[in-house]
Amino acid sequence: MLDLRKVNEIFARQVPLKSVNAWIRLRGAVRAERTDEGGDTVLAQTQTGVGGLASIPALLHRNATEFGNAPAYREKEYGIWQSWTWAEAEKEIEALALGLVNMGVAEGDFIAIIGRNRPYLYWSIVAAQCVGAIPVPLYQDASAEEMAYVLGHCGARFVIVADQEQVDKVIEVQDQLHQFEHMIYLDPRGLRKYDHTQLHQYSHVQAQGRAAYDEHIKELTRRREKLTYDTTCVMLYTSGTTGKPKGVVLSNRNVIETAKSSAEFDKLGPNEEILAYLPMAWVGDFIFSIGQAYWCGFCVNCPESPDTMMTDLREIGPTYYFAPPRVFETQLTNIMIRMEDASPFKKRMFDYFMAHARRVGPDILDGHSVDFMDRLKYALGELVTYGPLKNTLGFSNVRVGYTAGEAIGPEIFDFYRSLGINLKQLYGQTEATVFITAQPDGEVRSDTVGVPSPGVELRIADNGEVFYRSPGVFVEYYKNAESTADTKDAEGWVATGDAGFIEEGTGHLRIIDRAKDVGKMADGRLFAPKYVENKLKFFPNILEAVVFGNAKTECTAFINIDLTAVGNWAERNNIAYSSYQELAGHPQVMDTIQSHVEEVNASVAEDEMLSGCQVHRFVVLHKELDADDGELTRTRKVRRRIIEEKYADIINALYDGSDKVSTKTEVTYEDGRKGFISATLEIRTAGTNAMRAQMAAE
Amino acid sequence: MLDQTEDGYITVDGRKIGGVVMEMKNITLRFGGVVAIKDISFDIREGEIRAIIGPNGAGKSSMLNVISGFYNPQEGEVWYHGKPRPRMKPFQVAQQGIARTFQNIALFEGMSVLDNVMTGRLNKMDGSLWKQAIWKGAAEREEVENREKAEQIIDFLEIQAIRKTPVSRLPYGLKKRVELARALVAEPKLLLLDEPMAGMNVEEKEDMSRFILDVNDEFGTTIALIEHDMGVVMDLSDRVVVMDYGKKIGDGTPDEVRNNQEVIDAYLGVAHD
Repeated sequence: MLDLRKVNEIFARQVPLKSVNAWIRLRGAVRAERTDEGGDTVLAQTQTGVGGLASIPALLHRNATEFGNAPAYREKEYGIWQSWTWAEAEKEIEALALGLVNMGVAEGDFIAIIGRNRPYLYWSIVAAQCVGAIPVPLYQDASAEEMAYVLGHCGARFVIVADQEQVDKVIEVQDQLHQFEHMIYLDPRGLRKYDHTQLHQYSHVQAQGRAAYDEHIKELTRRREKLTYDTTCVMLYTSGTTGKPKGVVLSNRNVIETAKSSAEFDKLGPNEEILAYLPMAWVGDFIFSIGQAYWCGFCVNCPESPDTMMTDLREIGPTYYFAPPRVFETQLTNIMIRMEDASPFKKRMFDYFMAHARRVGPDILDGHSVDFMDRLKYALGELVTYGPLKNTLGFSNVRVGYTAGEAIGPEIFDFYRSLGINLKQLYGQTEATVFITAQPDGEVRSDTVGVPSPGVELRIADNGEVFYRSPGVFVEYYKNAESTADTKDAEGWVATGDAGFIEEGTGHLRIIDRAKDVGKMADGRLFAPKYVENKLKFFPNILEAVVFGNAKTECTAFINIDLTAVGNWAERNNIAYSSYQELAGHPQVMDTIQSHVEEVNASVAEDEMLSGCQVHRFVVLHKELDADDGELTRTRKVRRRIIEEKYADIINALYDGSDKVSTKTEVTYEDGRKGFISATLEIRTAGTNAMRAQMAAE
Repeated sequence: MLDQTEDGYITVDGRKIGGVVMEMKNITLRFGGVVAIKDISFDIREGEIRAIIGPNGAGKSSMLNVISGFYNPQEGEVWYHGKPRPRMKPFQVAQQGIARTFQNIALFEGMSVLDNVMTGRLNKMDGSLWKQAIWKGAAEREEVENREKAEQIIDFLEIQAIRKTPVSRLPYGLKKRVELARALVAEPKLLLLDEPMAGMNVEEKEDMSRFILDVNDEFGTTIALIEHDMGVVMDLSDRVVVMDYGKKIGDGTPDEVRNNQEVIDAYLGVAHD
């Protein structure tokens, strides 16, 4: 009775939306969409960045004028993709900018923006730039205290937030913020009873802006025209593995030059589709969803909610996609779990064709010569396995895919490449406006991070630390001249804090570890924890690992199991467990982890330089390391110092030879309350290998 | 006692509560020789969150079933909007703008979340079989309108990610939320919740509490709920009726009820004479 007609959304696009089972609101007719964009690729590449295109608002105006009817933003809401053209986006942004002028935003003010990826918040960023203010996007999952620091540090007078949750956090710390004046919120839900003297609804601000058009448009135009290549484009706070976050100031020059050269590097045009789902406070999202999107004029798609991201990805079918290694890992784990449950026929077909793809897939992708029969078989595999799989994952249209932030497991990397997905690695940081190195098409490997991006110079210091210089190099750390001077020297060279080397022959950069984490063991051998941790984390059963051993005689490790993978294994083997803690301490789980550790030890022993880093003793932790407990950064990087302090008792036990340790750990629940969990953990000793050189000598 | 007039009262958090929507007048309900409810009277006012609490077997669910029209009391009357309510079939009660959820979830397990939610719109669909068969025109418009309402509720309760998932595959806490969605999509004036938090963990309870408050705030829905978890009840409700052995032993704000000696005795298990 309730079977709905499946109505395809009428986007006249070159690549139709995949499986859009969305329904259409018949009354709110579909907006006019782009018809043909044949000639615009040239346009994006011939513009030089100077001559009126010195700011994001200027690029917005160009896009709205030259391809005003092309979609600029889409967001799925109420089950369908709502879209805005460039011309419409410009109007929305202008209304908001006028509203901001109306509310008294002055040039040079800081405006904080907090929330998940939504078109309205991207408009807030650009509207802030239009009025000469500096947008400061914040991580939406930051705690109130973390926000208090950032808001206080930049002295934000205005805050634009998504919903009640964020409003509550800002109100909680309001008393500490002397410069804070007004807050604008997007979703009015639950906010009706709040005191509205400092609180304003986004749509009302826009409405007031539209109403005061005549009064303020001159002022707005004047401010917009004042923006130059050296005006601050955005300020982004680094998540900070140590100490307080630092505000990285990026100019229009940084952002536009980087967007321009990286778009040329990967031949990005106005017909790209991207899904904006990574935190808005992260430099990558800023460059992809604003820098490159405005430079090239392509469409930014926002998911319906964080939970629907995978469905939305499949519906949009992005052509240009970025994800941290973790996302690829999770997806691969899910595929493997589902294949375990598939029918024997499907499973055999999958195994057969995947084996073939592993053999020839990457070569075909890189354009190397491949035997005709192998190509034929690969084409058949594409038809029955790779194609459907890519469609399920939402990767059918991916032309350029990037991963960065952490090392990616070679098997994971090769899996995606063998399917024919052009997944590449890049290396970058906030201070470089993302791009330092990237892998060109056809030169992709899992163990390097590529060659210097256009315009970037590289230098390796004597201690192995990587330095770079480029047009993307940040202006300064806000109100922190000391750190600026520490990081960037007078000639513009910036220290990355990572140790690495340039591979001879190929010119590719390889990163070993954080320079400050690379240490010496008691006997003088090199200690590179991340190198070992990454190898451990490549096992699907291991979610997180922390290796200790600086100035010690041997290395030890903390290990977190991956609940999805291990839980599924437990289910298949009829192993009952009632909690994460119980599963983590299960003897069979311990055995599996031990075998993984021993495999890693064998592989580490092969490298003469790093053979001292073999893990002698390890413990499987009773709780997941969590950003809420301060153990990880918001970008899920391990905070060693904090972990060392918090778990000092367990670390001691790892070194004093005992075979178990009782511990009590403080945990923070989702709502901010704290509690304790106590556990007795078993300590295992893993087999290690003597160094190859020694073995040969004996 | 709250400052109660004919026109209502102002709650602790400053919400304005209106006049009486529903009034129980000396309700007695028997099952054979068992007296489930004995001479109970209380009222429910417009816009308030009204809780009915009590120990096991106190007659809470029977009371909710009287309100929802599923049971007809042997004595006493239910007044709705200033008129005594005649005996009714449950669907007639639903047409009066009363919707409910159940203690033991009652969803269509094989159907998707969306389809389950759409069934809540049944009362708003009046297209004849003939119109449905022709489809074009009236029936299609109606479907689109109903879908739009359903999507708004799905968005409101943040269940977009499971829109197409069969209900049987969902965990308990989400099923409860889907049931709430189905009740809400009927745009009820009075919403009855039978143990909305039963069997939930702390986080799920918090989510559910937030949704209940938001429903009340956003749609102005009057809510009557039965709940075991005292903490939740005291936080959520504006006024509480306490029942024990089918009798009303307390009625008032959470604070008044909390300090009522008879209520304390009932919960701590003082021997009855």
